[in-house]
Amino acid sequence: MKDVSVISQRKGLSYEKAIESVFFISALLMVLSVVLIFIYIFMEGVPPILKIGLGPFILGTQWTPTYTTPQYGILPMIMASLIGMMGAILVGVPIGIFTAIMLAEIAPRPVTRILKPAIELLAGIPSVVYGFFGLTVIVPFIRVQLKSPTGTGLLAMIIILAIMVIPTIVNITENSLRAVPKEYKEGSLALGASQIETIFKVTLPAAKSGILASVVLGMGRAIGETMAVIMVCGNIPKMPQSLLSTVSPMTATIAKDMSYAGPFHRSALFGIGVVLFVFIILLNLVLNLLVRKASR
Amino acid sequence: MRRRRKMKDWILKSLIWFCSLLTVLFLVWMILYIVSRGLPGINWAFITTPYNLFRNQTGILPMIVGTLLLIVTTLAVAVPIGVAAAIYLTEYARQGRVVRMIRFATESLAGIPSIIYGLFGYIFFKNTLHLGFSVLAGALTLSIMVLPTIVRTTEEALLSVNPSYREGSLALGATRLQTLFKVILPSAIPGIATAVILSMGRVIGETAAVIYTAGSVAKIPAVDRLLTSSVRTLSVHLYMVALEEADFVSAFATATILMIIIALLNLLANRFARKITDRQGMA
Repeated sequence: MKDVSVISQRKGLSYEKAIESVFFISALLMVLSVVLIFIYIFMEGVPPILKIGLGPFILGTQWTPTYTTPQYGILPMIMASLIGMMGAILVGVPIGIFTAIMLAEIAPRPVTRILKPAIELLAGIPSVVYGFFGLTVIVPFIRVQLKSPTGTGLLAMIIILAIMVIPTIVNITENSLRAVPKEYKEGSLALGASQIETIFKVTLPAAKSGILASVVLGMGRAIGETMAVIMVCGNIPKMPQSLLSTVSPMTATIAKDMSYAGPFHRSALFGIGVVLFVFIILLNLVLNLLVRKASR
Repeated sequence: MRRRRKMKDWILKSLIWFCSLLTVLFLVWMILYIVSRGLPGINWAFITTPYNLFRNQTGILPMIVGTLLLIVTTLAVAVPIGVAAAIYLTEYARQGRVVRMIRFATESLAGIPSIIYGLFGYIFFKNTLHLGFSVLAGALTLSIMVLPTIVRTTEEALLSVNPSYREGSLALGATRLQTLFKVILPSAIPGIATAVILSMGRVIGETAAVIYTAGSVAKIPAVDRLLTSSVRTLSVHLYMVALEEADFVSAFATATILMIIIALLNLLANRFARKITDRQGMA
């Protein structure tokens, strides 16, 4: 391909070079964006954490930024985020994996025709619509059936998040199931295993790292979700006592408080952003390890 | 023994069917619930009148205009950059540290939660660059957010172009760039269109990154201040009327409109995707 461009005239060549560097700079803009996001969030969020003290900030249990002697402890939010995430994964992952098995291995054509667009639609529905559905259906259901005073809280949050992570789990698990070499399945079937035995004893183990990657991605989606959660969690940053406790995870606190926060309160919200960011970076590191393992 | 094996098979198979059914039923329930309550609230006046609580007007025209403005501006920024970056990655880049870095950046951008984008847009575009709450601040923030989608989808489209096209064009004496613009890009257009549609979906559905960058002013911006005015998107509107006004009639109607738009975009994206696979089938 090199030779061809040599044949072209000099003028054309420098023009080609210029365009090529435009492409290159566009690609670099993404690197620049990541760097900028990282720098600006940390620049704004780290100073307030240092001022409050890392210990009191992360392990403090009182969040009272509007009091005369304000306290900025975010442990209740971290707990709410983590429990919400775990709950969503516990409920959403099995459903997602079974649905992915259906799509990749079992579904007859008509079923695929319904299931596939349904998953795509679930993935596309705005999070604020999920939140609204949670607010008008799930919250009243919990209030009436489980006799919780408001119906909002951890349980409602977990249910909504579980539904929201299903598309992520299904898509990536389905892809990794499909990537398992046919010979594995054929070998297993030839040895007399049934279709279901083959799926659970051969295909699923072979797709393990892909499935784990989907779980990690789902975790990222759950811990970062904001608008769906803000409408069902109750927005009270207290330590969760039970599944019915009203809570306020990190994302919801940031989004809710930003609208009225004073200067230092706002900086503290960026501090929460830093903590959330650190969680996301950790998840991404795990994800990278898994993906590398899967490609090997 | 054989009976126990059969039993186990049967249980697992039922679980697979049950979970798939659950997923679909949940979606159907959600659609029916929201649409059945939302449709009665949707009429001509609802989508063509302004929003003014003092005059008892609850139309969503400003939100439609705001959403469209944000979509157009975001795409105008993100599509050229994203497509150019995808071209670099598939046509020019040699494997190495730089490409690894770019790929790592793309993955990282895809994993950052929208509220972090919101915080970044607020502090960088709104405050540091003095853009204020504006379409521009919102669109720039969203552009970064949709870049990974555009780059990945375009890359796939470029890679799926039949290599013999490229070889044929180069063999005829066309330069690399001529080949790119006259042969490769035209055949990758369905893929790029898919990228555009997916990005539109994300802009429409986004709330957390929009509310603190584009703001939430429910007014149609003046013509000479289209990009510098604050606007309210449909998603932000749904959040505001549901949680702050507790106006559930408007909320259900807005949610219904959002669901309809997303469903249409999905249909469109699938149509383009089918075009791509058809072509691959022919190749």
